[in-house]
Amino acid sequence: MRRRVWSLVLAAPLVMATSLLATNARTFSARAEQTQASSAEVKIDNFSFGPSTLSVAVGTTVTWTNRDDIPHTVVSDDKVFKSKVLDTDEKFSFTFTKPGTYPYFCSVHPKMTGKVVVQ
Amino acid sequence: MAAKSKDEILHDHNHDGVDRRGFLKCMAWAGTGALCVMQGGVLKSYSLSKLSDLDQSAVAAGELSFVQISDSHMGFNKPANPDVAGTLKAAVDKVNALEKAPEFLLHTGDISHLSKPEEFDTVDQILKATRKEVFFVPGEHDVLNDDGAQFHERYGKGSKGSGWYSFDKKGVHFVGLVNVMNLKAGGLGTLGHDQLEWLEDDVKHLKSSTPIVVFAHIPLWSVYPEWGWGTEDSAQALAYLKKFGSVTVLNGHIHQTMQKVEGNVTFHTAASTAFPQPQPGKADSPGPMKVPAEQLRSILGITGVNYIRGQHALAVVDSSLA
Repeated sequence: MRRRVWSLVLAAPLVMATSLLATNARTFSARAEQTQASSAEVKIDNFSFGPSTLSVAVGTTVTWTNRDDIPHTVVSDDKVFKSKVLDTDEKFSFTFTKPGTYPYFCSVHPKMTGKVVVQ
Repeated sequence: MAAKSKDEILHDHNHDGVDRRGFLKCMAWAGTGALCVMQGGVLKSYSLSKLSDLDQSAVAAGELSFVQISDSHMGFNKPANPDVAGTLKAAVDKVNALEKAPEFLLHTGDISHLSKPEEFDTVDQILKATRKEVFFVPGEHDVLNDDGAQFHERYGKGSKGSGWYSFDKKGVHFVGLVNVMNLKAGGLGTLGHDQLEWLEDDVKHLKSSTPIVVFAHIPLWSVYPEWGWGTEDSAQALAYLKKFGSVTVLNGHIHQTMQKVEGNVTFHTAASTAFPQPQPGKADSPGPMKVPAEQLRSILGITGVNYIRGQHALAVVDSSLA
């Protein structure tokens, strides 16, 4: 799911062009700042998610990176998001657009749990 | 053996009879195996340094012998073992070197590392050299991304539900169970209602003197729940097997050999053919354990099981790949 992150990066110049054409540059710079601020990371190490509880603002894109020698998954308890299996160093990203608490786990090693709190 | 200093064998024998509900536990760690003979509910266990020390006449006298292999993790290529195909081949050589050829093989799951078709293909190709029938149950690594569709297509023909089944060989009833599907957050392995109902029905017509061998990937006893090494509803499964005088449970998943006897049931986990994992709680996580290259094969292995008709005995023998 690295593609999701990339598409965001690739989309930026497009947004800029559209913004410049359609309105003024101020709108874009505000949007760019928001994009800058709204990403967060969860690392998978030693069969655990770190941090196990992550608090973010609405609109944040969270990226999980598997740093173990064993594959893991990131699966929402409530089926809001579900990664494919992540081998070593592979990533999964999801953008949280609604406030709430999102518990998740590794479906391969279900003892591994975490949650994202979106405010 | 090179890994001798790492060996640890804990015996707590209760030789005082069939009725004792007490608990016998023996663990055979890296480098050695254990020969376990169960007779009338009492387990005798002998440590082995290698297969050649085994009294082969006991195996020869058996009605049925078979081999369990487990956790091949084909596709794994990290430092703990960059050549899992090589160690699986070594396991096959061990099987082919047995004086008395086994009737068949059981593979207790994690055939592949990432459920990739080429990983399954490689294992199938290597196992062909045994020229034996192989019975499989899936590990969690075999059902990634597709809820086990590929596993079912390859190995589950004629099985029920997500891949459970039973068969009979020379008077022994074998039951293959699946406990790696639909795992819930925070939980352990799961058999589920449908499979439990099937199991109850599958064994209820059998005579209580029928020896039973149950095999599944995740241990059906609580080895170390903190690491997910257990199965939520295994107690229910075992309750259906209470009437039988001889029940042997064979599992994989934890990449080390371990045994326990409770009443009429002997539990046994097999070594991996790919890489070792730490002893319960002895590391931060159950991730692959890196050992010096020259020791690796001494802590990987296969398990031979020998059944002697009329003696109520199943002998379980672990041997390393060294």
